[in-house]
Amino acid sequence: MSSQADIATTPEVSRKTGGATLRGWLENSGIVIIFVVLFLAFSAIVPNFMTERNIIGLLLSVTLIGTVSVTMMMVLALGEVDLSVASIVAFAGVAAALITNATESSTIGVIGGVLAGGVIGLVNGVIVSKLRINSLIATLATMEIVRGLAYITSHGDALPIGQDDFFLLGSASVFGLSAPVWVTIISFVVFGVLLNLTAFGKNVLAIGGNTEAARLAGVPVDRLKIIVFTLQGLLTGLAGVLLTSRMGLGDPKTSVGLELAVISACVLGGVSLTGGVATISGVLVGVLIMGSVQNAMSLLNVPTFYQYLIRGGILLLAVAFDRWKQTRR
Amino acid sequence: MTTAAISAPYLAFDDISMEFPGVKALNRVSFGVKTGEVHALMGENGAGKSTLLKVLSGVNTPTSGSIRLDGQPRVFRNAREALAAGLAVIYQELNLVPNMTVAENLMIGHLPVRAGLLHRRRLRERALAILRDLGEAIDPDTRVRSLPIGQRQMVEIGKALLRDAKVIAFDEPTSSLSIRETENLKRIILRLRDEGRAIIYVTHRMDEVFDFCDAVTVFRDGQKIETYDEIGGVTHDQLVTRMVGRAIEDIYGYRPRPHGPTLLEAQDVIGPGVVEPVSFTLKQGEILGFFGLVGAGRSELMKIVCGATRASGGTVRLDDRPTRFATPGDAIRAGIALCPEDRKQEGIFPVAGVSDNLNISCRRFFNRLGIFLDPGRETTNANRFIDRLKIKTRNARTRIALLSGGNQQKVIIARWLAETIKVLVMDEPTRGIDVGARSDIYSIFYSLAEQGKGIIVVSSDLSEVMSVCDRIAVMRQGRLVGIVDRANATPERLLTMALPT
Repeated sequence: MSSQADIATTPEVSRKTGGATLRGWLENSGIVIIFVVLFLAFSAIVPNFMTERNIIGLLLSVTLIGTVSVTMMMVLALGEVDLSVASIVAFAGVAAALITNATESSTIGVIGGVLAGGVIGLVNGVIVSKLRINSLIATLATMEIVRGLAYITSHGDALPIGQDDFFLLGSASVFGLSAPVWVTIISFVVFGVLLNLTAFGKNVLAIGGNTEAARLAGVPVDRLKIIVFTLQGLLTGLAGVLLTSRMGLGDPKTSVGLELAVISACVLGGVSLTGGVATISGVLVGVLIMGSVQNAMSLLNVPTFYQYLIRGGILLLAVAFDRWKQTRR
Repeated sequence: MTTAAISAPYLAFDDISMEFPGVKALNRVSFGVKTGEVHALMGENGAGKSTLLKVLSGVNTPTSGSIRLDGQPRVFRNAREALAAGLAVIYQELNLVPNMTVAENLMIGHLPVRAGLLHRRRLRERALAILRDLGEAIDPDTRVRSLPIGQRQMVEIGKALLRDAKVIAFDEPTSSLSIRETENLKRIILRLRDEGRAIIYVTHRMDEVFDFCDAVTVFRDGQKIETYDEIGGVTHDQLVTRMVGRAIEDIYGYRPRPHGPTLLEAQDVIGPGVVEPVSFTLKQGEILGFFGLVGAGRSELMKIVCGATRASGGTVRLDDRPTRFATPGDAIRAGIALCPEDRKQEGIFPVAGVSDNLNISCRRFFNRLGIFLDPGRETTNANRFIDRLKIKTRNARTRIALLSGGNQQKVIIARWLAETIKVLVMDEPTRGIDVGARSDIYSIFYSLAEQGKGIIVVSSDLSEVMSVCDRIAVMRQGRLVGIVDRANATPERLLTMALPT
């Protein structure tokens, strides 16, 4: 993905022409280098980190954040934000469980769960684009509403699933990787292509860069916002269904705080919260950094309370690094 | 001429160079500015004037060379230090907080405090004193966002006065002001000069230089070409020649051409900002001007015609077919495109490169399989227009925010030249743009018109509409007052029509 930095990070920042190429490269791919260094350090220091079993476990642990983060990247690139994703994960899971049990068909259940997410995304998109309500507020509201819907439809309890083939979705394995991992990988590829190689992606970045200019340049702003939010709903719904399949339960209480983890991963990956700047490689690395650190902390038996400090510290450092890059010119 | 001019310059630029990667923005520039003079800086876009102001205000630290103030060499590492030394720069993009009051904006950084709390009464009194000093009847408690641009500028000047700035630099201050606001600004500038301050005045407007500037320095390609200490010692033509590096006889270079059948017909169009129904026609090959004062409803009318705002009534016919545009995208596909007035707010994508800015609309013709971008063809297309319109940029991927205003405007025009448009609407196409680029832009208009396209030029520049357009529509307070043929247009006639009765 060599052209991915087209819009985001043109290397004109460095001051001197002498060592500019190295420094420019360092500044552009800084977060990737941080990840590589971190990963090597963990491999050397943390016992059992660099084992096949642990790496597969690590990958599985980032599938939820990873899948949701690719569409969150698109939403942030638009200059919007979506806080309702955690609620969508819970609601889609509950819906899938409910529908599967009612129809005795896992296929219909899965489709129903994904569509439930899509409908909420569509509603978010319409509220943000047509009613012109700030997405922070709009999705804060739908976050509450959808969490409520999840509790109401499940009567407050986790719903066990009666169909055995439903669990296949979470556990089926191809080439040694389970289905959720494959879904995450495919999501990254598809949205990487969408962002970098299609007019759709360029238009999304243009809206985030300057909404009014995009509108006057003929970009269908409202329609694209609705599409992006709907995609976010659909993919988040799928992530919720996969989670349900892994846990065997449609749990209305699940994934609280996921939206912040996902946004953190995107910000770590250099996605601008004001819109217009996003790279898929950055988001991938952001997700992997979060996953590796979490994984290493567990292996090292870092007490849970301290894990919060470390996660927050890493986010601050990453953003400070990003600022430092921007102010150097 | 001023009376207070002292011979030794108060502010001296000493061999200043400023290098950015790949670009020498300033190349060994030396000249001095005296107190009690208005010193004009002229030059084409990208000549280095703005960079010089940034060096002056401490935003950029020069690669080499120094600034001397009253004989003492000074180094400013940031804007705060420059301000503290008595240097204030008033940029085109004003640095005001729209949601705060005039008084708060004036005193921000020096807010009066009593017992740890904001001293509201003193804040108001001091603000009022400054505003009165400037002859402005503004309530200090008004929020800045509700002030017209001319008064916002006065607030900015007030900030400079409050810090007792000895040197005040203006970056094209009149480019978005009405005639009356311009007169007011001129009066204030002359007063500041007579109080013994040094005024630096960046402008593209020749009439202003000869009207009230005392000295002028000409820049080209990052170098100082010439300083004329006495404005009387130079002529209009000499200045243009020094700026452009070649003689331009007539920057407008009007080319008459035949007109075809009616291309666009607006009938009884009315909507937000347009008070009475407006009707006009545009023929193939015609350049139609829209003249009026700021706020006459011209931009609003054009936004309606181009589908950017919804009309509340009336019809627009293109090629004798009725149209109904719900979005600008509809209008563009039908063949009508708008280059908006406010380049920064409505035109450019600042974080994106030149190529992405240029190809935003036309890339649909390049797409493979209908969805996939073709970066090669996009770059080729961008380079073609960079050459054709002489856009000064490092390459097609350079961020557009790093280009000068004139070059940004050329990119926006290229955005529509790359489309299949029939009607191009240009709102203030040459505002803040230098002589050379203006001349280029006009000849683009003529060649488009010669190809049978229709051009609408919205402009507050009287000589521009009179010299470039075939017919001139005049608007006043949301109404179309009349349409005058080129042959019958005189400044008196157009102004009489445009001014409120």
